[in-house]
Amino acid sequence: MKSELTLLTDPVFLVLLRMIHLLELQSVVLCAGPEAVNVTCEETYPHSSMDWFNQCSRMEKAQSFIVNILPDCFIVGCPYLAVHLSPAIPVFAVLLFVFVMAMLLRTSFSDPGVLPRALPEEANFIEMEIEAANGNVLAGQRPPPRIKNVQINNQIVKLKYCYTCKIFRPPRASHCSICDNCVDRFDHHCPWVGNCVGKRNYRYFYLFTLSLSLLTIYIFAFDIVHVALRSVDSGFVNTIKETPGTVLEVLVCFFTLWSVVGLTGFHTYLISLNQTTNEDIKGSWSGKNRVQNPYSHKNIIENCCEVLCGPTYPSVLDRRGVMLEDSTSPTPSDASAASTHKSSNPVSQTTKSSAPLIPNEHTPDEAKPSIGAGTQKSTSSPKEEKPPSPTSPNAVAPAVIKESAH
Amino acid sequence: CSCVSLIGDRSRSEFSTADSDGASKAPVLPRFHNLQELRHSASLANKVFIQRDYTDGTVCKFQTKFPSELESRIERTLFEDTVKTLNNYYAEAEKIGGQSYLEGCLACLTIYLIFLCIETRYEKVLKKISRYIQEQNEKVYAPRGLLITDPIERGMRVIEISVYEDRGSSGSSSGSSTTSSSGR
Repeated sequence: MKSELTLLTDPVFLVLLRMIHLLELQSVVLCAGPEAVNVTCEETYPHSSMDWFNQCSRMEKAQSFIVNILPDCFIVGCPYLAVHLSPAIPVFAVLLFVFVMAMLLRTSFSDPGVLPRALPEEANFIEMEIEAANGNVLAGQRPPPRIKNVQINNQIVKLKYCYTCKIFRPPRASHCSICDNCVDRFDHHCPWVGNCVGKRNYRYFYLFTLSLSLLTIYIFAFDIVHVALRSVDSGFVNTIKETPGTVLEVLVCFFTLWSVVGLTGFHTYLISLNQTTNEDIKGSWSGKNRVQNPYSHKNIIENCCEVLCGPTYPSVLDRRGVMLEDSTSPTPSDASAASTHKSSNPVSQTTKSSAPLIPNEHTPDEAKPSIGAGTQKSTSSPKEEKPPSPTSPNAVAPAVIKESAH
Repeated sequence: CSCVSLIGDRSRSEFSTADSDGASKAPVLPRFHNLQELRHSASLANKVFIQRDYTDGTVCKFQTKFPSELESRIERTLFEDTVKTLNNYYAEAEKIGGQSYLEGCLACLTIYLIFLCIETRYEKVLKKISRYIQEQNEKVYAPRGLLITDPIERGMRVIEISVYEDRGSSGSSSGSSTTSSSGR
């Protein structure tokens, strides 16, 4: 036990350093949503969105906190609590810690629901439709904005055109400027996990914040119990002398609690209303002009069930695909969604992936070099096939390409 | 209405002067017996994209509106049947009910490691869909010179239908000109 104490009771200096780091992280936690991100940091060269090395460095922030601080303060008190109270206490803490790490890795390395960029034929098809809908635009006049109106649950929802991905974004999708991809059911880009949070990994993100809150509360509580029990035996001042790390870490946990529990509470609120952070920040369904959330079931339990217990959506990203610069034909892709995606070699940044598609990943902890859809450069290549003659655009009754005067 | 000359080694292709539904337009239609023949002796003329239908929310559903480019190629009912069946498959995959709750809870308890062993329901349905599309291509679409691409290969955004013309044919369909891609 002595060796553990000397090994793990950090000098005050190191703990203070970590506290500073922690405060730095806390300021980042509360900044969510694409508006908070510097949109102008678009690189002039195409970059792969989920590069293995960047992923690691961003995730390090979250990991350094969880791995370094939380267990340290607990490991000091473990033997004491195990002996005096129950061995189940550290065991449960370890289980919870493993769960937190698994959720963090799963959130960080899973595809959030990236929508691949449109292949040239599809992009051309959509362009033809838009041009047909817009009619003749006089020279010098700005063409109308590319918006489609769709009626969902008696609510008109606008689908915007993404100029980067060359698609009309599905409802609730948004383009993340950091990842440079459109993400389905875009929530926010989380710097802690170094990944976007979207349709596919929102529940892992929520479970991560929830379990982290529980872990922090648990450690906070039992650290206090530890200090209290020792104080009963040997007095408070002696306890601080014996285990200064524990006392300091109690303070750290106390400050951490507010941000992590706050974030969990915020997301619980969003889930109960079936909203995303992005929609909340933009005030899409804030009730002005009687605009209601068309996706909400108006029932908290149903909303929670849909978000947390919904089906596991497949990934449509081809992480290993190589984009042919001047090709207009679709690159061959393995469309089997059931096969496990295992990769051992991180692909270099010069390899850009093409639009679709790939095997769904199964394992949460397997490290995958994830190269998201890079920028397509083949839009200017000569058209091989004549695009379909401009007939009437998607004239399905509710979905009309609306021309709005600028 | 132009004549089509048969090229010797493609003796199995038949050219009919009338559609199966009796429409009198586009008298020249390449007919292929199977997928291999389609791929080997036809050239891609056109691609039609069936877009998503978002009127029911974010569930995966495709529009059943019959595109005009296919009017002379396939019967409306066959096309609508295919799209409706696909929509039903996707609805089954995305259904939120007892099984999805069970799967979700079980997966959560095992830290999602259970997906190493079992397949999710969505994946099972995707396999069914891919088998269905393969079957439809073989039985219905390839004989008409069409080919459906599985939506999963296009990011679940569109159903891409490739329209093939017989290589060397000077016929046209729906006003699109035949462009021959590089020969094999």
